[in-house]
Amino acid sequence: MKDALTLDQLTPHDRAEIIAVAWDDLAQGEGKRLRALGIDEGARIAIAHRGVFAGRDPIALMVGRSLVAIRRVHARAMQVKRI
Amino acid sequence: MSQPRRIALLGNPNAGKTALFNALTGARQKIANYPGVTVERKAGRMALPSGEPVELVDLPGAYSLDPASPDEDVTQRVVTGNFPGEAKPDMLVLVIDAGNLEQHLVFAQEVLALGLPTVVALNMVDLAERDGLVLDAKALGEALGVPVIPTVAVRKRGLDALGDALDKANVQDTANRHGVGELTLPERRLAARTMAKGAVISQSAEARLHESLDKVLLNPWAGPIILFGLLFVIFQAVFAWAAPFADALEGLGGLMAQGVAATIPAGFFRDFLTEGVIAGVGSVIVFLPQIVILFAFILVMEASGYMARAAFIMDRLMASVGLSGRSFIPLLSSFACAIPGIMATRAIADPKDRLTTILIAPLMTCSARLPVYAVIIAAVIPEQSVGPGIGLQGLVLFTLYIAGIVGAILVALVLRSTLTAGTASGFIMALPRYQWPRLKDLLIGLWQRAWVFLRRAGTIIFAATVILWLALTFPKAGPGENQLDVSYGGQIASVLHPVFEPVGFNREMTLALVPAMAAREVAVASLATTYAVESEDEDATMAALQAEVAARWSLPTALAFLAWFVFAPQCLSTIAVARRETNGWKWPILMLGYLFALAYITAGITYWAALSLGL
Repeated sequence: MKDALTLDQLTPHDRAEIIAVAWDDLAQGEGKRLRALGIDEGARIAIAHRGVFAGRDPIALMVGRSLVAIRRVHARAMQVKRI
Repeated sequence: MSQPRRIALLGNPNAGKTALFNALTGARQKIANYPGVTVERKAGRMALPSGEPVELVDLPGAYSLDPASPDEDVTQRVVTGNFPGEAKPDMLVLVIDAGNLEQHLVFAQEVLALGLPTVVALNMVDLAERDGLVLDAKALGEALGVPVIPTVAVRKRGLDALGDALDKANVQDTANRHGVGELTLPERRLAARTMAKGAVISQSAEARLHESLDKVLLNPWAGPIILFGLLFVIFQAVFAWAAPFADALEGLGGLMAQGVAATIPAGFFRDFLTEGVIAGVGSVIVFLPQIVILFAFILVMEASGYMARAAFIMDRLMASVGLSGRSFIPLLSSFACAIPGIMATRAIADPKDRLTTILIAPLMTCSARLPVYAVIIAAVIPEQSVGPGIGLQGLVLFTLYIAGIVGAILVALVLRSTLTAGTASGFIMALPRYQWPRLKDLLIGLWQRAWVFLRRAGTIIFAATVILWLALTFPKAGPGENQLDVSYGGQIASVLHPVFEPVGFNREMTLALVPAMAAREVAVASLATTYAVESEDEDATMAALQAEVAARWSLPTALAFLAWFVFAPQCLSTIAVARRETNGWKWPILMLGYLFALAYITAGITYWAALSLGL
């Protein structure tokens, strides 16, 4: 699992499916918010933009027809496979 | 029936709920806070096509009825009838974004499961069509089992049909409603996907406007440059455009004072009106133009969808002090004035983030500090150059601004690990699609902000300035005595003086601090009074005051005074607004305490450091 691909390693225009989320790594309430915005196991996402400063944080994802911003820490908790 | 029936508007954030609420109720809205929380309650009246008057309540945006934020908690409790003092709504208008069906239908199913009569407003169908998405409202209605009315709230389209549907919704049959019963989130999501697909008539290639706009506005290079350019314009506007209006308001206050002076015989009551009421309230109202201009920009940024992008760009920098991109605009606004800055924190969803932002907002150097800085710097700092194009006076002013920012960073870091500790709020938010803001929504928003501010000025700020005026006016000075010296305020200063002596303040300075509680710049006026250098011409007064200060104050003393004003919370209005926005006295008192402590310590360090350096 160590070198599994996580969402934070993707670059703009990459498409991926979220295959696992380490919910325990997220703060309380954050998991709920992510799921409410459609970011969950099985969701197909595309990286739309990344931030400007250190670590290109935050990350903007295209989920369905909506654009959602998350931070790198959240992305790191999500295992993905490219599609 | 005695009470009009209550209809609650609810939906995901960014579904266009507020625009629909504005379109339905117009400007006839009542805004208050829900008791015990800083969540805004908006209610208004409207008449259904049948003529029945109803009360419309705009509930806070929610992603789910399983609350993850104070907003969602209020919405959940109101629609389930568990909010004390709020009657359970009789009907619901569920607002969903036509361009974002798949996501919004997840929440929609949760709401339908409540079993209340519901009409769905399929909002922003025009934007969806612009993006090449044509939907079948009827098919969606059949899938959900409730009427679905296509609307464009900002163009007032579909409102009549919505009203008709509400008239008929009394006798709604919930038997064939989708989603009644317990469904899990994945089940709901799957159903949402199916229903969203089933409602699509045609969907063209994604030649979407907002994608190309985002390419520029969120571009790693162009994005920040555009943002800072915009901020520069906003700052210019807040300072330059507001000036003539502020001058006009000041002039108006002067005219009113003259009018009162001409009609009421000299004496206590006249002084009370002119010097207490008109001058006191006037000193706060002059900030109204700045507030209105700043909020005009903020509201346009919010309504157009750009605000979320600005937060996105600034998030990383703000994260380094434990805040999020959402705090950037309120803190920036505080450089003009902490009052609109603190009011703007409502856009911050996370309560701890918001509280931290409110607590550090007064550390941003607001425009009211400038008169104090200008007089003291001009008096004691020599006008000399310390490098090409760098004057010593400008450098000192710059240092004062930086001191405030550094102070804010340190305080934010400390707060984030103590009083407002907790996991970093995380920055999870939807970036809404771009759209043109509507003038009417803008004006309603501006009016609401201005009204909140004016009501403040009319009540607590009014009371405080009057009390301060009384304290400075009584008891009356005898011949040859200085009024400020003799007054209760002066007596307070005498008591305080021993406290301030160790940090280098002389008695006149301590005296100036008392009336400056109303507003910092009053310190200048009261120093002028104390040194008896007042004259009709303001510029002459300032020049004379500078000469007095230069002659009487040592450099360490003057520097300590400047350092004090970087931190001291000498602004009743800010404290009053913080009380309103945090819903209690606990946090404003903490704010007062820590800011005074910081001010005292910094003034002391400055004084003693300057002394030991032989300045």
